[in-house]
Amino acid sequence: MTNIKSMALALIAGAIIPGAALAQDSLSLTIKDHKFDPAELRIPADKAATLVVKNLDPTPEEFESKPLRIEKIVPPNSEASFTLRPLKPGRYKFFGEFHEDTARGEIVVE
Amino acid sequence: MLGALIIVFREAIEAGLIVGIVLAVTRGVPLAGRYVLGGVATGAAGALVVAAFADRLSRAYAGNGQELFNAAVLALAVGMLAWHNIWMARHGREMAQELSAVGKSVAAGESTLFALASVVGLAILREGAEVALFLYGVLASGETGFDVFFGGLMGLVLGGATSLATFYGLVNIPPRHLFAVTTSLITLLAAGLAAQCVGFLQQAGVITALSDTLWDSSWLLSDKSIPGRVLHTLIGYADQPSGMQVLAWFMTLVVIYGATKLLTPTSSTPARVAA
Repeated sequence: MTNIKSMALALIAGAIIPGAALAQDSLSLTIKDHKFDPAELRIPADKAATLVVKNLDPTPEEFESKPLRIEKIVPPNSEASFTLRPLKPGRYKFFGEFHEDTARGEIVVE
Repeated sequence: MLGALIIVFREAIEAGLIVGIVLAVTRGVPLAGRYVLGGVATGAAGALVVAAFADRLSRAYAGNGQELFNAAVLALAVGMLAWHNIWMARHGREMAQELSAVGKSVAAGESTLFALASVVGLAILREGAEVALFLYGVLASGETGFDVFFGGLMGLVLGGATSLATFYGLVNIPPRHLFAVTTSLITLLAAGLAAQCVGFLQQAGVITALSDTLWDSSWLLSDKSIPGRVLHTLIGYADQPSGMQVLAWFMTLVVIYGATKLLTPTSSTPARVAA
């Protein structure tokens, strides 16, 4: 079910966004008790990817990452998806702005 | 409590600065206070609606509803600010040369009051929705106490205090300089908002070119810190901007400055923007 959903998202993203590959890597993480799970994600370099963030908490969170250029509210018990541009190798930190002391994680591009 | 205060203050500071600048620009204009207050009230009401429908908004446009909404709100604000400055330059010609700087800003305020009140409303709409969602989260979780909510409210009070401080800071500038200062401030403010707008369009995948980070000065001044946030609003400072954001910042400055320059009579240059 999750796979079908993220595949559909990738397809939609591919149809709407010029240049986005159809066969994108799809990543997902959850927010629970204001923490990310997993807190570290790995993706290959120079390849666009789709990231789905599921908020399982009853409170909203603002998912934010400067280097990934993401700033988005994820409503409670809801999810948001992002298209990550092809990235150079490195570590890209992200955090939840509303609970910055616990909600921290990073994407490792290799 | 302090954490909540900082989170809310960080969101409120941009709107706070904008309200202060608009109050200073429109000082002395009949009904200006009422217009600005109307902008604040409309923006706040809109923010509550946006917060209530946050889930639906984020699902819209293939999950890009939030980004496109923010980009549209920012683009509208940039347009209003640009129009204000360009109007000023064009009508500088018709204004008598002996008009004092205060007189000029009053004349401008009357004509572009609605535009400036809209800018206030749009700023509060955007930042207010985030504040409302954060405070709602604090109340809904039940795990955090009332002191956190109170801290958030104090953040809003500090945002209001920012407006007053900006206003009194600006109106203490000698009148003959005030006009040049506010014109420059509005131009830089517009450029910064344009860069933010591009950021959201890049997030939505509408713009894909020049999306790599041009520099990282977060070690020097994080734009999440309070001073960084003030500079972020006032001059568009960003610690990790994309190439396209920097380009948009420059283009906005060039277009507004160029348009005002072209439309300013050469003999008397009342609407000169400090380069």
